[in-house]
Parts: sequence; structure tokens; C-alpha cells
Amino acid sequence: MAKVKLSESKINKIKEICASFGNQPGEAINVLHKVQGEFGYLPAEVQELIAMELNVPVATIYGIVTFYSFFTMIPKGEHPISVCMGTACYVRGAEKVLDEFKRQLGIGIGETTADGKFSLNCLRCVGACGLAPVVTIGDKVYGRLTPDMVKDIINEYN
Amino acid sequence: MAKFKMHILVCGGTGCSASKSQEIADRLKSNLLDKGLENEVQVILTGCFGFCEKGPIVKIMPDNTFYTEVKPEDAQEIIEEHIIKGRKVTRLLYTDPEKKEHVADAKHMGFYKKQLRIALRNCGFIDPENIGEYIACDGYAAVAKCLTEMTPEQVINEIKLSGLRGRGGGGFPTGMKWEIASKNHADQKYVVCNADEGDPGAFMDRSILEGDPHSVIEAMTINGYAIGATKGLVYIRAEYPLAIHRLQVAIAQAREYGVLGNNLFGTDFCFDIELRYGAGAFVCGEETALIHSMEGKRGEPTFKPPFPAQSGYLQKPTNVNNVETYANIPIIILKGANWFNKIGTEKSKGTKVFALAGQINNVGLIEVPMGITLREVIYEIGGGIKNGRKFKAVQTGGPSGGCLTEKHLDTPIDYDNLIAAGSMMGSGGMVVMDETSCMVAIAKFYLEFTCEESCGKCSPCRIGNKRMLEILDKITKGNGTMEDLENLKNLAGVIKDTALCGLGQTSPNPILSTLNNFWDEYVEHVQDKKCRAGACKSLMQYVIDPNVCVGCTACARNCPVNAIQGEKKTPHTINTELCIKCGTCIEKCKFNAISIQ
Repeated sequence: MAKVKLSESKINKIKEICASFGNQPGEAINVLHKVQGEFGYLPAEVQELIAMELNVPVATIYGIVTFYSFFTMIPKGEHPISVCMGTACYVRGAEKVLDEFKRQLGIGIGETTADGKFSLNCLRCVGACGLAPVVTIGDKVYGRLTPDMVKDIINEYN
Repeated sequence: MAKFKMHILVCGGTGCSASKSQEIADRLKSNLLDKGLENEVQVILTGCFGFCEKGPIVKIMPDNTFYTEVKPEDAQEIIEEHIIKGRKVTRLLYTDPEKKEHVADAKHMGFYKKQLRIALRNCGFIDPENIGEYIACDGYAAVAKCLTEMTPEQVINEIKLSGLRGRGGGGFPTGMKWEIASKNHADQKYVVCNADEGDPGAFMDRSILEGDPHSVIEAMTINGYAIGATKGLVYIRAEYPLAIHRLQVAIAQAREYGVLGNNLFGTDFCFDIELRYGAGAFVCGEETALIHSMEGKRGEPTFKPPFPAQSGYLQKPTNVNNVETYANIPIIILKGANWFNKIGTEKSKGTKVFALAGQINNVGLIEVPMGITLREVIYEIGGGIKNGRKFKAVQTGGPSGGCLTEKHLDTPIDYDNLIAAGSMMGSGGMVVMDETSCMVAIAKFYLEFTCEESCGKCSPCRIGNKRMLEILDKITKGNGTMEDLENLKNLAGVIKDTALCGLGQTSPNPILSTLNNFWDEYVEHVQDKKCRAGACKSLMQYVIDPNVCVGCTACARNCPVNAIQGEKKTPHTINTELCIKCGTCIEKCKFNAISIQ
């Protein structure tokens, strides 16, 4: 993975966030939530810095980041696409919709397009089972999808 | 509170919000403003009504008119016709699918007739962001009664007597759990609300938090009083932004009104609540894993005992209950244990909320008394199977549960009957499947989920489930042997017996129950290399019937990989080597000339 050089202001921001939780190791998850909210993802360099601030081994922080699906080490696309793979969506054909997104964008699950525009992910149940199958792009929810609608949806963002 | 003559309730649940319910509410408000009615009629964004299939829902009170599938552009007509002229907008009313008549009142709809709303009593009725409305519905009266008229022992006894069992899945008696926590003495104890709903296809807890957050706050306070804890924590998924927002608003209002904080209701009792955010790990639904996650660690479970009631959060006695369990508490205190324990079956009291989903006509959130049959739920409330297809199975309990079939349709639903039938209550996901669902693929779907969510601590779950997934994968690709089926059975048994926590111990259930109930289907995959549902891609081929194909070229034009050849007005053929089996051609063919073999 390419090295990420953290700017002075980013370093300060991360230190500030750690300090706002009293640099307590027990607050690691809250710190990571905040930092990811700020930068969009958690590259190794950010984790190293957090580990230093909270005075725990980097392995502890890395262990938490990789344990929870909400944390990511890959930057998300400008328009993050999440295909719901909850059971309700699955039995109503979510897999076909997902395949079509993969084909149209030429990326797999957990990947981002080369231009950084779209990233593709699966999630478990948005709670909009009445609209199954469901896809979210950013905050917008698209319901009752069929594979042939995928192209038009992507075009909305192009 | 200002007095309004009429209220327009607009569903603000996640499903209806995705279909623009906020815009509907805004348009209703601006139309009222135009007519100068803003002080006569109030528009409220409520929690989920449950009938998500027909959303967005708009309800007019006091006449109880229930509008379905409302669009923002209908707002004007609702105001001008219904509110001003008093004439119902008939085209927006629900149509009874059998009688083909319009039904205006929810009470007369098949979807609602058999429901009994206790945990969801306020969802879709009050404004969740207004504590005044909760109080107007007897809110915080239960905690007042506990603090001023009852001893902690009396509170615990009342809950024990009610027969309430944990709604998160396991079904442990709530009163007994409280009693154990109350008997462990410590300088500090904790009350934890488990709102880490990770079961795919279940959204009960989220709907309660979005529709009635105060009921959970009140119940946690009662719980704190009963066991002697002064601090409450809600462990909630970060993926639920709306529920988090509503809970934050509710906690702030509760503090402002003095129902959270110091010296509640003039007594010595102090109680406050904080939020802790989950970060997406299904195993954190298990209480020991949840506690570790709250402590900022990886959410790995640990062996019990010690139980959280002895040594939980920060090694202090901790009581963990699920959202839906809490939502039942205030009303049990107010109406009494003897009211509650008359509802339900002998060993399962009260009601259960289910998220009804899948191939069913009425998808939505339902609450039914324990003891109702699956048939009533699926055919009366759920309105039967979509597109007139045949019922095949219903899955309850999510990745920990199993599939029930036709022969279980008349079994009364309760904790014990579901376990006896090879499934479990779980947190309340209920996914209905028809003949287009392949049971082997469904078992594989759940196992993929478990493998992804296994924390990796114990080998039966980490390695065993992976091996089972490989076997299932082999079977769905047409390479399975009969020996594989035997291995699957044995492995499932070993994992069930030896895994560390609830997640691992129950992970083989989807496989065991499908093996038991759909053995033929497994054998078909292995011996005949056939998937009767047409869901396992490797086992099927798309074929065009030359006698039916008219050569309209619709399939060839839409095929994403140009696998279909043929001249115009002559029968087409599919090149099976290029075909990716996406199914587009079948959808596009108007003559039903394409089939899966």
C-alpha cells in the first residue's frame, strides 16, 4: 500500500481528537469513529499516530480497525455505493443488481474506481425491506431495483 | 401544547423516508400554510407504521384515515379534499386484495387485524422527537410509580410475574436476569441496552428507537432502580444514524424534564444514560462481546461464567437487555404483570415484533401475540405469497435460526415451539421464500454471513464454518458428492457442541434445518446436478424454444455479453459459453420463449 504522508494540520487534528477522549485506550473505538468521520478512512499512518497518542501497540489499533466492518483502510469513492445483501433483498434478487454494478463499474466489492468516483460495497440490511432490493449511494436510497436500472442510476452521477 | 383540530401523521421510518416522506410532510405543511390552517392542523413525522410495503403512509387523525403509497404531489389534494372539504381521497386508500374494496381504517385491514401492538404501541402514533407527546401517552408514569410506590424487589417481582423473556433471541426470563444483577453487590453497576441489531433482514429495534425512543429510556431507568445501577449505556450501531439522532434528542429532553439525572421524582435515585457506538460486528450482539466492544476492544466473546450480571462492563455487575425487551417494561409496570401474562402461550408471554420480508405481499413490521400460527402471519397479515407463487419456507432467527416448511405452518409461534421445530425466535427476522428460492443457496448465504462475522477466537467457528462453506460451494457448483452431505451433517453437529459463544453454536442451524426439511433438494444438487429453483447458476442453462421465439431481437439487444445470435424474425439461439446467466433475456422476452434448464 502506498505510503500516506500526513500533513501537519491532519496530525494536529488527530492529536486533538485523541485528546478530546482523554487519550484513553478504552475510547479507541470512539476515536476511530471520529477520525474516520474526519478523513474518510484509516490508513496505516493514521493508526500509528493514534496508537502513539493512546499509548497502546499499533497492533491493538490495527486489530480493532480490521475487526469491525465499519472501519476501512481504503479511501471510499466520491459516491459510495452500498448494495444491501440482507436476507430480504437477497431473496428479491440483490445479487443480480450487485453483479450489474460490478460489470458497469469494472470493480469488485470493497474497491474504488480508478477515477475515485465510485466505490462498491455490500451492507447488511438498511431496514427498508419493503423496497427490496435496495441500494444506497451516499445518503440516497434506491429501492425496488432491477439490473437494467443500474446503468441509468450510475449515469445520474456522471 | 397547542390544541389542534386535526393531525396528519406521516411515517418517518427508514423505508418511507427513502420514498420521500420528508418531502410529503413539507408539502403538506406548506399547503396548510397557504390555506391559513397551520394553527388548526398539525403535521407530525412519526415512527414506523409497519406497513412498509404500501409506504409512504399518511394517517389523518382523528378520523383514522389511512392513506397508502402517497407521493409528494398528492399533498395538495389531501389538504384540499380531505382536510378542507372532508372528502376522503379514495384513490390513495388501501384496496382489499380480495374484496377489491377501499378500506379507510387500518383496523379493518388484513395486515393489522391480527396484530397486537404493545412494544410498538407508540410507533406511528407520536412524534418521537417530542417528549410531551410521550408523556401524554402515559410516558414516564411507570418510572414514577416504581420510584415512589414500589421497592426494587417489588419491581423485579412484577417483571418476573409478567413472564417477559428476552426479545433479543435467547429468551432468558428478564425478571430473573434482573434479580441476579440486583443480588451482586458493588459500588457501581451498569444497565446496558443492546441496540446492535445485526441480523440481516431485521429492523425491529431500529424502528422502536426511531419511533419511540423514550420508552427505552424510561425502561432503562426502571431497570437501574431495580438492580441498583445509576448508569445506563446504549450500545447502538453506527449504521443507524436516524435512530442515534432520535435517541440523542430524547436523552437531552429527558434530562431537561428531570426524568434523567439526579434525584428523580424527588427521591434519592439518580440515573443517566450515555450512547456507545458499535462499528459493525454481528458477534457484538452476544453480551460478553458487546461489553468488550464498549470497553474499546475487539468485540470477542468470553466464556460464561462469569456472567455479565457478576462481572460485566469494567468488571462491574452489568445487566444487558435488548431494545424490544425494554419497550415492554413501562406498560407492564402500568397495566400490571397479570395483564401481560394473559397474553401469549404458557411459557412465552406477551407479543413479538417481527420484520416480515421476502417473497410476500405485505412486507413490513408486525407485532403479534405469542401463539399465533405461521399460517396466520403469512397468509392473513402478510397477504400471502407474491405473484401467486407457492410457499416454500419461512426463515426465522436469521443466521442462528432455521427454515420452517409447510408442515410447520400451523405451529403456534413461541420460543419453545420454534426451537423444537429446528429454528429459533431470534431477534425477529421472518423471511418468506417461494419456489424460486434454492434452499442450498439460502443455507450458503447464511453461512457466508457467519464466516464473515466469525470473530476467529475459537476454531470450531473459525475453521469449521469455513469448511462447511466450502462443501456448500462445491454442491452449488455441481461438484458435490453424497459423502459431502454426510460430512456436512457431522461437522454441523461438532460446531454446535463445541463453539465458544452463541454465534458459533447456532451457526450450523440454517444448514441442519435445510438438510432436515429439504434433503431431496440437496440430493438433487449432488446426484442430478440440478437446482429446481433455478438459483444455482452453475447448474443451469438458458435455452430459447425455437417454436415459441418469433425473432423480435429483444433478448439479443439486451444481452450484456452479446451471447444471443439470430436473424430478425427467425428463432434465436444462446451461446452457452458466453452466457453469464444474468437472466436479462428472460425478463425482456415477451413471448416466454426462454427457459432455464
